Parts: sequence; structure tokens; C-alpha cells
Amino acid sequence: MEKQNVLEVRNLTVSLPRNADRPNAVENISFTVAPGEIVCVVGESGSGKSVTASAVMGLLPSALNPSAGETLLQGEDTLKASPNRLRDLRGTRMAMIFQEPMTALNPVTRVGDQISEVLEIHTDLSASERRKRAIEIMESVHLPDPEKMVDSFPHQLSGGQRQRIMIAMALVLDPALLIADEPTTALDVTTQAQILKLIKEMQERRGTGVLFITHDFGVVAEIADRIVVMQNGRVVEYGDRDDVLRRPKQPYTQMLMASVPSMTPPDRVPRTGDKAIEVSNLNKIYGRTGWLSKDRIVHAASDVDLFVRKGETLGIVGESGSGKSTVARCIARLIDPTSGSISLHGTDIGTLPQSRLRPHRRKVQIVFQDPYRSLNPRRTIGQSLIEAPVNFGVPVEQARKTARDLMELVGLSGDALERYPHQFSGGQRQRICIARALAVEPEVLIADEAVSALDVSVQAQVLELLDDIRERYDLAMLFITHDLRVAAQICDRLIVMKKGVIVEQGPTKKVYSDPQHEYTRLLLDAAPGRDVTFGSDTAA
Amino acid sequence: MFSYLLRRLLATIPVMLLVAVFVFMLLRLTPGDPAAIIAGDYANDAQIAEIRSKLGLDKPLPVQFMVWLGNMFQGDFGESFFYKKQVGELIAARLEPTLSLSLLTIILTVCIAVPLGTLAAYRQGSWLDRGIMGFSVLGFSLPVFVIGYILIYVFSIQLGWLPVQGYQRISDGVGGWLLRLILPSVALSVIFVAFIARMTRTSVLEVLGEDYIRTARAKGQTESKVLMHHAVRNAAVPIVTVIGLSFAILIGGVVVTESVFNLPGLGLLTVEAVLARDFPTIQAVILLFSFIYVLINLAIDVSYTLLDPRIRY
Repeated sequence: MEKQNVLEVRNLTVSLPRNADRPNAVENISFTVAPGEIVCVVGESGSGKSVTASAVMGLLPSALNPSAGETLLQGEDTLKASPNRLRDLRGTRMAMIFQEPMTALNPVTRVGDQISEVLEIHTDLSASERRKRAIEIMESVHLPDPEKMVDSFPHQLSGGQRQRIMIAMALVLDPALLIADEPTTALDVTTQAQILKLIKEMQERRGTGVLFITHDFGVVAEIADRIVVMQNGRVVEYGDRDDVLRRPKQPYTQMLMASVPSMTPPDRVPRTGDKAIEVSNLNKIYGRTGWLSKDRIVHAASDVDLFVRKGETLGIVGESGSGKSTVARCIARLIDPTSGSISLHGTDIGTLPQSRLRPHRRKVQIVFQDPYRSLNPRRTIGQSLIEAPVNFGVPVEQARKTARDLMELVGLSGDALERYPHQFSGGQRQRICIARALAVEPEVLIADEAVSALDVSVQAQVLELLDDIRERYDLAMLFITHDLRVAAQICDRLIVMKKGVIVEQGPTKKVYSDPQHEYTRLLLDAAPGRDVTFGSDTAA
Repeated sequence: MFSYLLRRLLATIPVMLLVAVFVFMLLRLTPGDPAAIIAGDYANDAQIAEIRSKLGLDKPLPVQFMVWLGNMFQGDFGESFFYKKQVGELIAARLEPTLSLSLLTIILTVCIAVPLGTLAAYRQGSWLDRGIMGFSVLGFSLPVFVIGYILIYVFSIQLGWLPVQGYQRISDGVGGWLLRLILPSVALSVIFVAFIARMTRTSVLEVLGEDYIRTARAKGQTESKVLMHHAVRNAAVPIVTVIGLSFAILIGGVVVTESVFNLPGLGLLTVEAVLARDFPTIQAVILLFSFIYVLINLAIDVSYTLLDPRIRY
């Protein structure tokens, strides 16, 4: 006899408020999760995957209402459950872990207390028994020294450790269903690999049904038993892992899979242009030694040497804290390097005082990660685009004309200059940020995680745009990323950084096929979904 | 923690020294002969000369400053010209009413404002929220003396429940002490309740949008505990900051309230001293207030470390 499904979502529809861009957040979706099974819901932002999870948990924001269908948790409809009944079910039969382990834990409460809070709500255990259980579950999610860590505060733990605490908290009462909403998206790739392994281990050992929400096909390939592909609130494709990944039937699924950059770098002709920028012995030390305060010093960058030729893309890859962004910011002189030289056409801008730096500023431009926060929300796109050129003495009329041309170059209408940032999507905003950087005709373009916040299909387009622009203007591009798939596709050469030090560098193809440093190998191995082929092999 | 406290206490020394220099110069930089100013309009030359030598005004400025400072360290703040008493005694006598009023007011304020603000945040957009915020606008708009006189009219004159004015020492009975302080502290607290309730609402609202609130709900925690255990404590740092600042403003601003309710506190003393151009008293009061402000600031900073484990110095 087949065991009862842990979760059955039947014809679920959640309606949006009246003034939204579509009537329903999710529409008529159905799928099931069996015990001991991992079902991945995959889709781009706005596809309704998180709404589905929140609906099951009864955690929908008050503006969203489930208007039809049912979500059966072991046969019991959570949509119809009373608030009290829902509270009983949460933590005991269904539990959830979230994307941001940095913010999902209460910062002012000890982690052990946060785990035992679940026990306090749902059981009659005494305080000492609760503490014992908390330590046990922390041990089972492989946290080091749980006896000691139980009294730590969240900020004392790393991102991966916090996510383990979240998992411990979710699993302490052995729920039948675990909902994981992008649980590894905010983590470094090596940490992500460990957490995925842990979720799989827990699910196998405890027979938990897992509803795993993600936008990352690599993660899906790594962990899923079955896959639900969602787009604009509807289920587009639903099937077993291998069916969906190897033989996707729907064009949308095929497009998504093709958009995921391949881990195999294409052949690239080595660039031989002049060196546009050359950095040597760059050091950045954070920390202060002040009156009566202790010295706390971090070497964010140690003796970094690099150069970028005209028309070349140099990638810097590494995990958080590797110093890759510090290097980028020093080169753009957004922060002052502690020592070292940054040579731009023979001028050392590394130590130039601010007053004499100004004429050089326009030559190095930077595009940041978050397009939602890097445009001033109260200025029109036109104002943002002409600000820098006008500062450098270009007449307003001419700057506006250039701005129109640039908007068209990045694939947007020149008429959009009068509009405000919030009227554009994330991908469009990133195009605007690129246009803004180009407005002052830079020689070096720094892309600091410029495509990391974008959906894969949009990411592919923006990558193409960046490559296009580099070619057209013969730009030297410094591409900072944590994403090895993206780096494989866009970079000519690659630098791997760890804790402020360059551990490996070379042509991208060589680094991927024959990594020399152990850390590089570790990074490459941790990239999820290596055994599945993604992307089109025709990628430039 | 201990070394931090010590460092902060040491750091108050330069601040207080700076204030002392300022206060000292206040008198010396006033146009004319300080001795003449101290002596007043009707003094004769002999009196002025006596004051000059008594205060050491014939010595060079740095020497005068050191002598003055040295005296103060021994608790000698000089003699009030107006009251013909030691300034130290004068202030000590006036400290109790002022501190009583300020403390009672701030306790009242916190007990009312924090729950109101939290409730308003939790029921954001409801009639309750709108009502509380409406009250807070009203609280901002009414001057303390207007509220004071209205309260006196209603509760003392019409209803006869509470005394109109005056102060009773706490050593003469807590009941009478409290009875006489109710009206002034209510009057004083209105504007601070309005201010702190608003601040609490904003702060709690922000925290309620945080991920860990969702986590707490996902655990099956009840709404009241989500609010008490998770929201309010995380919202506390900005709230405590404004409470501390309010307390500082309160102590400095009791002048009006003490006048209305005729409380013999520091506020009233300051008014009298200014009117009488009683420089030694004015100097001492300014120094005292500065010292209290520095202490309150220190207390606020220390409270951060207790409320939020991420803040360590």
C-alpha cells in the first residue's frame, strides 16, 4: 500500500489585491509531496513559488487570500484550519526554513533558546530537558561543539552555521513536512554544498517530505526527486527529476535550462591589447588602532597584482570575505587602498588625493549588484544618466542626446528617460546602470556581482549585453562574481581569491579544466548540478 | 564590559572640564568687572574690592580657574550672593523635588507610551492605531502650562481630588509626596508620551517586517509572545535612546512645570538665580545639569549592550 502523501496541493489559487498586475499570485496549481521525497518548486521571481509555500504554512501576508483549492497536510486542509490549529501544526507537523540565515534568527536571543522555544510552545518538557534536546538536535545537524554553541548569539556564528540552526529548529519535533524557501541562495557555494547534503541526509534519515523552493537549476539538479516548474503563478511542467532536466517538454523549461550558464568555458582568443589598468602590491587593511581600544585588523586584500587589457574581461571569483569586492572598490577608488599602485595609462591613481583624482574618475566606472538600490529613486533615469557627463563639462543637451542613444544601446526606449527607477524591472534597471556607467565613456568597466541579483533568463541577456559593450568599445572589464557558471561564460582570464590573497590565476578555460590550487578545486566541485548539461554550447 | 565602563567614565572627564571652562569664562567674559556684577547694582567700592579679593579675581586667569576647580572638587561651589548660603546646600535642597518629578514623569511616560506604541504598530491602520496617533499629535501641540492649568482646574478646583500646588518631602510621607506630584508629572508626561509612543510604533513596525518574526510564527508561536519576546526587545534600542534623551530634556525643562505647580526644585532655583544675577548659583546649576546629561548618555550607551548582544565595546 502506498503511504499517504505528506502534502497535497490541489487546485490552489491565491488572489492578489485588486490593483496588482495580475488577478492571482498562483492559479489552479496542484502537486504532491510524498514522505521521504524532495520536491523542488523552481521558477523565476514573481512565479508564485514562495506564495505557494506561505499558503501551506498559513503565513500569507494579509493582502493575499487563498480563494480556491486546498493544501492537505497529511489529509488536513491547512487553508481551512483555525489560527490556533495552524499554530499547533507549525513546528510539529510542518516546519519552514528561509533564505536569509542572517536575518531569519532573532539577533538578541541565544540560538539554543530559539531552538528550545519550539519545544516550549509544543511540549511540556522542562527547561533542562529542552536544553538537552536542543543540544542533541544541534549535534545531529553537525554543528561543532553544541554544548558551547547552544549559548551563542546568532551574530557569533557563520552563515552556514546559522542555517544549520534553522534546520535544527525546524526538525527538532520531527515534522512530516519541511518547507525550504531558497535555503542556500544566500550562502557561499562550498557552504551551499554542505547544507544541501545536510537537508538530504535529514530527509533520508527521518523520512521527512521536503518542499524545496529555489530559482537555481543547479541546486535542483543536485537535490530534487521531482520538479515543479512555475511561471507567472502557474505550473508549467511537473515531473520526475530526470524527465524534466534531461527531456524538458515545455518551451519555458527549455528556455530556463538554456539560460543557465554552462560550467564549461568556451574557447576564447587571448587578448593582446594594451594594458588598460595595472595593479601591483595592492593592500587594504581594515581596522583601527585607537585610544584605549583594542586592535582589530583585517587584511581584506594582501599584495594583489593584476592587469586588464583593452577589450579583455578579467574575472575575480571567490566566496564572501575573499576580498574580491574590496579590490574592485580600491581600483574604482571608492575606498582608499592602504598601499600599492593602481596604474591607469601610466598615472598612479592608487595614492592620488581626491582633488587630483577627479579627472580620472570617469575612466573607471562600476556597476553594482543590486539594481534596486543603486539608482536614486527620486530622480528620473534621464537625470541619473546625464549627471556624471555634465559634471565633467558636457553640455546638457549633448548629454541628453548621448543618454538617449545609450538607452537604445542597452535595449531600452530612449523615451524612458523621463521615467523613474521604480517603473522598471530589475533587469531593465541593471541595463540602466550599465548605460549610466557608459555615459562618461570609461576605459575600465567594473561589474561587481552585476548579474547576481537577476533571474537566469534576464541574467543571460545582461551578460550578453556586457560582452557586446566590451567588444564594441574595446573596454577593459573587471568582472567580480561568486558564480562559477557566470564566470565560465564571460571571462577571458580568471583570478581566484581567498581571504584577500590571489590563490590562482590563468586563462578561464585552463583554470576550469586543470585547477592548480586546492581551493579552486573545492570551489569547482561545490558548484551544484555539475552532472547535468545546461546552457547552449554556442555561448560566446 | 567593566573596562568599557571605566573608559567611558574616564571619557566624561574631558567633557566636564570643557563645560567647567565654559562656565568659568561665562562670568569672566561678561563685559565689566565680575566682582561688580556679583556685587550687584547697589554695592559700594569697598564691597566690590572685598568680593574681588575673596574670589581671587586679582590673580591671573589660569590661577583663578585652578582655584575655582579645586574648590569645586572639595564640594565648595561658592556662596550664593542672593541667598547668602552655600550653593552646594542650596542645590542639595532643591534636587529632591526635581529628581522626584523627573523620575515619576519618565516612569509614567514609559508605562503608557511603550504599550500604546506597540499596540498601534501591531494593529497598524486600525481605528486603534489612528486613535493613538491622533492623541500623539494632540500631545505634541499642547504646551505644558496649558495642560497644567487645565488639570489643576479640573482635578483640584472643580473636583477637589488633588492639591493645587506645592511639594512635600518624601521623608514626610510617601502618600502626600505622591499626591502632590501626580498632576505635574501627568502634565509633563503628555508630550513625552506622544513622542515616545510614535517612536515605539515606528520601531516596532520595522521589526515586525523582519524575517525572524516570520520564523517565530512558523514555529507556531502565539501572537502575543511574538510581539513581546521577539518584536519589542529588538525594537528597544531606538526606543531606549529617545527615553534617555527625553529624560535629559525633562530635567532641563522642569522650569515651567515647577513654576506652574510652585515646586521648590532646581527649575525654580534656576529662574530665581537668573533673575537675581546670582552667578555662583547659575554656574553650579549649569555644571550639575551637564553632569547629569553626561551620565544619562552613558546610561543609554550601556543599556545598548544589555539589550543587543551584537553591540559590544
